[in-house]
Amino acid sequence: MFQQRTQKSGRSVATWYRSGGLSSIFFALPLVLIFLYFSWGPIVRGLVLSFQKNNLVLPAEWVGWSNFSYVLTDPQLPQAALNTLYFAFLALIFGFPVPLFLAVFISELRKTGWLYNVLSYLPAVVPPVAAILLWTFFYDPSGAGVFNSILGWFGIGPFAWLNSQTLAMPAIVLEATWAGAGATSIIYLAALTGVRTELYEAAELDGAGIWSRVWHVTLPQIRGIILIMMLLQLIGTFQVFTEPFLFTGGGPNNATMTVLLLIYRYAFVNGDFGAATALSVLLAGVLCALSVVYHFVTRRWSTT
Amino acid sequence: MSMSERGIISTADRQRGLIRYGLPAIQVLIFVAVVIAGVGPLLWLLKSGVSTSQDILSGPMQMWPSGIQLKNIPDAWNRVQIGAYLGNTAFIAIGSMISTLFVCTTGAFVLSILRPKWGPIVTGAVLATLFLPGVISLVPLYMTVLKMPLLGISLQNTFWAVWLPSAAGAFNVLVMKRYFDSIPRELIEAARIDGASNLRLFTALILPLSKPIVGVVALLTVIGSWKDYLWPLLVLPDPRLQPISVALPRVQKTTEISLQMSALFLAVLIPVVLFLVFQKQFLRGVGMAGGIKE
Repeated sequence: MFQQRTQKSGRSVATWYRSGGLSSIFFALPLVLIFLYFSWGPIVRGLVLSFQKNNLVLPAEWVGWSNFSYVLTDPQLPQAALNTLYFAFLALIFGFPVPLFLAVFISELRKTGWLYNVLSYLPAVVPPVAAILLWTFFYDPSGAGVFNSILGWFGIGPFAWLNSQTLAMPAIVLEATWAGAGATSIIYLAALTGVRTELYEAAELDGAGIWSRVWHVTLPQIRGIILIMMLLQLIGTFQVFTEPFLFTGGGPNNATMTVLLLIYRYAFVNGDFGAATALSVLLAGVLCALSVVYHFVTRRWSTT
Repeated sequence: MSMSERGIISTADRQRGLIRYGLPAIQVLIFVAVVIAGVGPLLWLLKSGVSTSQDILSGPMQMWPSGIQLKNIPDAWNRVQIGAYLGNTAFIAIGSMISTLFVCTTGAFVLSILRPKWGPIVTGAVLATLFLPGVISLVPLYMTVLKMPLLGISLQNTFWAVWLPSAAGAFNVLVMKRYFDSIPRELIEAARIDGASNLRLFTALILPLSKPIVGVVALLTVIGSWKDYLWPLLVLPDPRLQPISVALPRVQKTTEISLQMSALFLAVLIPVVLFLVFQKQFLRGVGMAGGIKE
């Protein structure tokens, strides 16, 4: 193999053709064209655009850093950034442990595990938009709303849910957790089948109780996938759009305004594509930095 | 997991009083929770889908509606055209799947099997995009679709606007390449000695050997396209082309509540039935996909 390759470099076009050089290009063409048009191209264009004034009507002009200074001084940005962090935080606190707990629990059930599995995956099958519309109705702030009447049986409420500045974000996270838990727990379950069970025997002989077996034997063995899922969830929640857009449109009083909603507003409401890409570039930078920091921090954990 | 293998809780544990009675209690509690979360909303939707608007608004948690309006269902199917939107969703998902599979199998074939001298450059360029979050290219991608550079055509209001960008996923290409890398080189050399052309090598040896990974990538693409909202909202403003996710919120503003609920019911029913029929294969595929992420 190696010899062939070194020889080829000195040979003529004819040999290159005969050895399949042309067919390599043919096979690579779909990938290269698709990535040029829809991945590499837009990334470069995004970087360029963030230094331009562009509204798709007038020709683009260079404006230096002014898009960035406009975006960074926009009074809506701190609020949107805080809301996004708040969403990510709530999703981490409530949404992250649920599928993990569910998976560890289901993996303990021999005969009926599949039933729990299917049932808990059902919300993920519901089209996300249909689920959001349904939950909007559940969150009806009147006393006759679905959640309010259920809580009313116990003498609690009624709550304003999505109309309340303090409850709107937790309500969105609750729906997102409901929608996502089943799908994530399937991934943990697959990882749990690889856990070495003879270690439980040893732990039990050492007198470890059930909880400490889960904590010291089960979870460390699937630490890799847990850390990956946490990072993926963080990156996903930092780019949350559909839920706040459809549930509240960013309201009430900007309480659920996220960074991606702000980008959407810049581009598709105000028609300011320069500002929108500038904010996208900033968010992407933050996420890249987050991944790098996360990588180094978790690597130190796994070695110690 | 087989019966002989032990789990976290041992047989000795199961003899102890607290666990003997506590464990079934916890099982029942979680079962109830899972049923309420998984089936509850669907049953509620079933009831509301055949109720009057009056009933849905004034007593959403009443067990029995005052009257059953079965005609809501055909009304939603015909007037709201749920069938057409679900059809669009399926068409978009299948098209995205085909374009993704085409691009990532041919691409991985070059990078892993043919290995031209410039291969590592392409691999590096694909890998680099893996670390960039999607948000960075949202707006420029939209502009690209509005007016394709060099070609000058607009893909807006064509399904290509969804199909083609979905194929530019670095994850799929790299997963496919890694799988192709694991195919023994002797098999490939043997096929070459038998005089197989590259095209034949691709279609008769590599693709049949890669069925499991092709299945997983196909499944992931369909799920991704099924969940997508913002992108089709941007590039498919024509109502006739919209998938169900984009159409539902738009339709909702103009229809009465009883019809909304039956439309939602139909939009949920079809995927749920498909899932229940294929749940075994589906859950296995999704689980495998998770293993790949690691």
